[in-house]
Amino acid sequence: MIPTLVAISILSFAIIQLPPGDFLTSYAAQLRQEGDEVDEAELESLRQRYGLGQPPYVQYFKWIWGVLARGDWGQSFEWQKPVSELIYERLGLTMALSLGALLVGWFIAIPIGVYSATHQYSWLDYLMTTFSFIGLGTPGFLLALIILFIVQSYFGWNVGGLFSDEYILAPWSWAKIVDMLKHIWVPMLIVAVNGTAGNIRITRANLLDELNKPYVETARAKGVKESDLIWKYPVRVALNPFFSTVGWSLASLVSGTTLVAMVLSLQTTGPMLLRSLTSQDMYLAGSFLFLLSALTVIGTLLSDILLAIVDPRIRLE
Amino acid sequence: MTFQRSWIERTDEHEQQQDEHLDIDVHAADEKIYVASYLQLMWWRFLKHRMAVIAGILIIILYLIAAFAEFVAPYDPEQSFVKYKFAPPTNIHIIDTEGRLQRPFVYKIIRERDPETLRNIYTEDTTTIYPIRFVVRSTEYELWGRFPTSWHLYGLDVPHDEQGIFLMGADRLGRDLFSRMSYGARISLTIGLVSVIISLVIGILLGGISGFYGGTADNAIQRLIEFIRSIPEIPLIMALAASLPADWPVVRLYFGVTILLSFVGWTGLARVVRGRFLSMREEDFVMAARFSGSNEMRIILRHMAPSFLSHIIASLTLAIPSIILAETSLSFIGLGLRAPAISWGVLLQEAQNLRSVALAPWVLTPGLAVVLAVLAFNFLGDGIRDAADPYAR
Repeated sequence: MIPTLVAISILSFAIIQLPPGDFLTSYAAQLRQEGDEVDEAELESLRQRYGLGQPPYVQYFKWIWGVLARGDWGQSFEWQKPVSELIYERLGLTMALSLGALLVGWFIAIPIGVYSATHQYSWLDYLMTTFSFIGLGTPGFLLALIILFIVQSYFGWNVGGLFSDEYILAPWSWAKIVDMLKHIWVPMLIVAVNGTAGNIRITRANLLDELNKPYVETARAKGVKESDLIWKYPVRVALNPFFSTVGWSLASLVSGTTLVAMVLSLQTTGPMLLRSLTSQDMYLAGSFLFLLSALTVIGTLLSDILLAIVDPRIRLE
Repeated sequence: MTFQRSWIERTDEHEQQQDEHLDIDVHAADEKIYVASYLQLMWWRFLKHRMAVIAGILIIILYLIAAFAEFVAPYDPEQSFVKYKFAPPTNIHIIDTEGRLQRPFVYKIIRERDPETLRNIYTEDTTTIYPIRFVVRSTEYELWGRFPTSWHLYGLDVPHDEQGIFLMGADRLGRDLFSRMSYGARISLTIGLVSVIISLVIGILLGGISGFYGGTADNAIQRLIEFIRSIPEIPLIMALAASLPADWPVVRLYFGVTILLSFVGWTGLARVVRGRFLSMREEDFVMAARFSGSNEMRIILRHMAPSFLSHIIASLTLAIPSIILAETSLSFIGLGLRAPAISWGVLLQEAQNLRSVALAPWVLTPGLAVVLAVLAFNFLGDGIRDAADPYAR
C-alpha cells in the first residue's frame, strides 16, 4: 500500500517531467505567438523562484516534502494559486461521479444479468445482450456527444455542466447540492452504461455456473420459493467478482469520467487535467495524476475489505 | 448376487445393440469429426458462432477498405469542394420522378443560401440526373504511393467541380467525409494491430517468465502489473501523450502513440499468458518432455505454444477494440494524432463543438465506424475464444 503510493508519486512526477522544456518555455512560446516581447532575464528569475532549474529529483523531494509536511501541493503556474485550492473540489466531484456511476452500473447490470441467466435464450435475453454490446462498443465521449445533441435539438435543454449558472461560483449549500443532482445523472448514466456490458456478462456467466450446482437443486426440492432461492444464494456468489474487481472498475470509471467530462464540460478533473498537461503546469498536473491514482488504490484496498465482509469464505482462509 | 450381475450384463448388451442400431446413421456424420484435425475442429466450431462469422467478414471488408483506400474513396481526402461546405449525405435514388426503376443515380444538387441565417441549404434538382458508375476513371492518384492510376470504385460521369457525390456528407471545408473515413481506417485499424503486437511481445515475455518460473520473478511482475492497472488508464495515457512533441511528423507521432498505447495495454495479455503457463506447467506432457531432455525453449515453443496459441489469438482479438477506443479518445481530445494525419479520432474532432454537430450531424459518422469496428472485433474474439477449445462441452 505505502510502497505503491510512493511508486505512484514518483511515476506521476516523472511523467510530467517528460515533455521537453517546462512551463516557462511553453509560457514564453505562447507570449511570442501573441506578439509580446519576452524578457529573458525575467524568465530566468522566474525559473529561479519556482526552482525549475534544479535537477528533477531535488524538485521531487521538495514537492513531496511540502505535501507530507504541510499538505502543500505546490503552486499552479497558470492559475497563480496553490494547487490545493484548485483540486479538492474537482477531485471530490470526480470521485462522487465515478462512485455514483459504479452504483448505477451495478443497479442496471445486476437485475439484467440475473434475468438473462434465469431466462436464458429468451428474446429479452437477446435484446438486453444486444443493448449491452452497443454500450460496450460506444466510447463514452461519443455517447455523451449524441445525448447532448439529441437533448439539445429535441428538448432544447442544456445538459452540459454540473451546475446551473447561478450556482457555479456559489459556496456549497443544500440548494447547490440539489441543483447538482439535477445535472449529475446524465454523465453518471453515460459513464455507467459503458461498464454495464461487461458486468451483465459477468453476472450472467457466473450465475449460470452457480445455478447448475447441487445446492440449488436441493433448495428447490425442499420447496424454497424460486425468487428467494435465486436472490439469496446463487446471486450472492455470482456477484463476488464485482467486489473483488472494484478497484479496477474504479480506475476505468475515473478514465471514463475524464473523457465524458470534457464533452459535457463538467467541473471535474478531466478538463483541468488536460489544460494543465498541455500548458505544462507541472505541479497541478502531477498532483491530479497522483491523487487520482492514489484514490483508486485506496478504493482497491477498501474493495478487498468489502469482499471479506461479503464473502465469508475469504475471511476464513 | 448372481442375478443382479447377469441383469447388469444383459442391459449392457442391450444398450450395445441399440447403440449399433443408432450408429449406422450417426457414424457417417461422426466419422468426419473423429478424424478431423484440430484446426478443422476449430474452424467448424467457429462457423457455428454466426455473429463471429459475420463480424469476421465485416472486419475483412474494413481492412480491404483501409488497404485500398485510394481506390475506394472517390476523392482525395484533402480536396475541398468550396461549393459543398457541410453538404448533407447525397441521396441515392433508384426510382426517378416518373416512377421508373433505374440504375442508382443522384440528382443535381443546388446550393441556396438562407437569407436569415446565411447557412447553405442544399436541394435536389430533379430534372438533372447523374448516374453512378462503378469502377470509373476520375482523379489520378498513386496506389500505395507507387502505382499511378485513376480507377475508383465508384463516381459520377461529370467532373467533380460540377457535381460531387458525398455518401456521408461533407465537412466544414467541403471535404468528402467518406473519402476521409476510408483513409482514416488505415491509421485507426492498423494502430490497434501494431500496438497489440508490441503488447503481445512484452506480455509473452513477462507473462511467460512469470508463469514458467514462478517465485520471486512472478511476484515482482505481478506487483508491477497490479500497479499499472491500478492507475486510471486515460489520465495516464493523457499525461504520456502530452509529452509527445507537437511538431513531430505524422509517421513518428503514429509510432509514438502506438508504443504508448501498448505500454499501457500489455498487462491484460501478460495475465492471460501467465495463467496459461501456470495451468500447463503441471501437465503430464510437459513433464514428459522435460524428462526426455528437451530444453526449456523447446518445451515452450514446441509443446506448450501450440496448445495455448489459440487462446492467445482470442485475447489478442479482444484487446484490439480497447486500443482502437483509446486512440480515438486520445485523438478526439487533441493529444493523440493531429490534423495532417487522418484517423477516425481526428475526424471526430470536428464533432467537438456542439454547433457543428447540430448543423451537420453526419460529422458523427466516424464514430459509427469506430463502434462497428469495436463490436466486430469483440464478436470475432468471442467466436475465436469458443473455437479455441473445440473439445469443450
